[in-house]
Amino acid sequence: MKKNWPLWEVFIRSKSGLSHKHVGSLHAADAEMAIENARDVYTRRNEGVSIWVVESRHITASSPTDADSLFDPADDKVYRHPTFYDLPDEVKHI
Amino acid sequence: MDAHPGFPPALDYLLRLGDNALILGQRLGEWCGHGPVLEQDIALTNVALDLIGQARSWLTYAGELEGQGRDEDQLAFQRDAWDFRNLLLVEQPNGDFAHTIARQFFFDAFHHPLLEQLLHSTDRQVAAIAEKAIKEATYHLRYSSEWMIRLGDGTEESHRRMQTAVDDLWMYTGECCTPDEVDEAAHQSGMGASLTAVRKSWEERVKDILDQATLHRPEDDWMQSGGKQGRHTEHLGYILADMQFLQRAYPGMEW
Repeated sequence: MKKNWPLWEVFIRSKSGLSHKHVGSLHAADAEMAIENARDVYTRRNEGVSIWVVESRHITASSPTDADSLFDPADDKVYRHPTFYDLPDEVKHI
Repeated sequence: MDAHPGFPPALDYLLRLGDNALILGQRLGEWCGHGPVLEQDIALTNVALDLIGQARSWLTYAGELEGQGRDEDQLAFQRDAWDFRNLLLVEQPNGDFAHTIARQFFFDAFHHPLLEQLLHSTDRQVAAIAEKAIKEATYHLRYSSEWMIRLGDGTEESHRRMQTAVDDLWMYTGECCTPDEVDEAAHQSGMGASLTAVRKSWEERVKDILDQATLHRPEDDWMQSGGKQGRHTEHLGYILADMQFLQRAYPGMEW
């Protein structure tokens, strides 16, 4: 494994105003090469206007075994969703 | 003297532009599925597709200018080696990755300033094609320069391989910026580039990148030439055999 280039996560902004979205990962020797590789691998079909890369080892992920305690408690808290308002018909896009 | 009748200068000039892109694109396409890593496999074939796209534009225009009803496909697939006008450099074999990168860098360092000049061509079609192509060529040059530096200034092995590639290909670099009558005529008419200006840019770029890559610039010794006049190395015939097989076996075949 030591002979492999480090793994990078790639985030692409598809157009101005939208957030960068995770699209996948790739190998590269450093950040500059990661940007070029991301350009070649992930933006060949007009997918983006901006690229972020971050080395995968810098991402801290939640543990799947903690999912019960992290996420299940939100299941029965419907009052956290803004679904109890009567919206006037004129209000669109909410 | 050419054994084969020549083309009118303007047509010849367009064929040079188109054939450089076509043959180098075909060469790079050979890497498809064989790249050293997946990311570079895609990067090289991206460059290949850019160049094939440029070749289509140049050859389509060449066909229009010729006025004999030949389109891009007929020009690409139904000419024989002596009617091709590409530089000897671009038909050289892929070799190892270092040879592919050195060939690409030497070409890009020529191609980019050439297109910069062609932006100001008095021929509006030439200027328009150059305007589209130069964005691609800018990235190609960035890509190949980056790899020259990485491999030249990399490990002992990568440095050795990169220097070997530079030494092996050096004799094919003289032709690109040495004008002949066709280049002179194209420049005089306002259609073509000044190769004197292109050479200046090429020399500066090559020196800069070789220095950064800790690579030794070979002495300017005997330089090969003839590609622009249709006298090619033995490699071109094999490329054409591959590239033209389908249209030769099934003329006019479409799918």
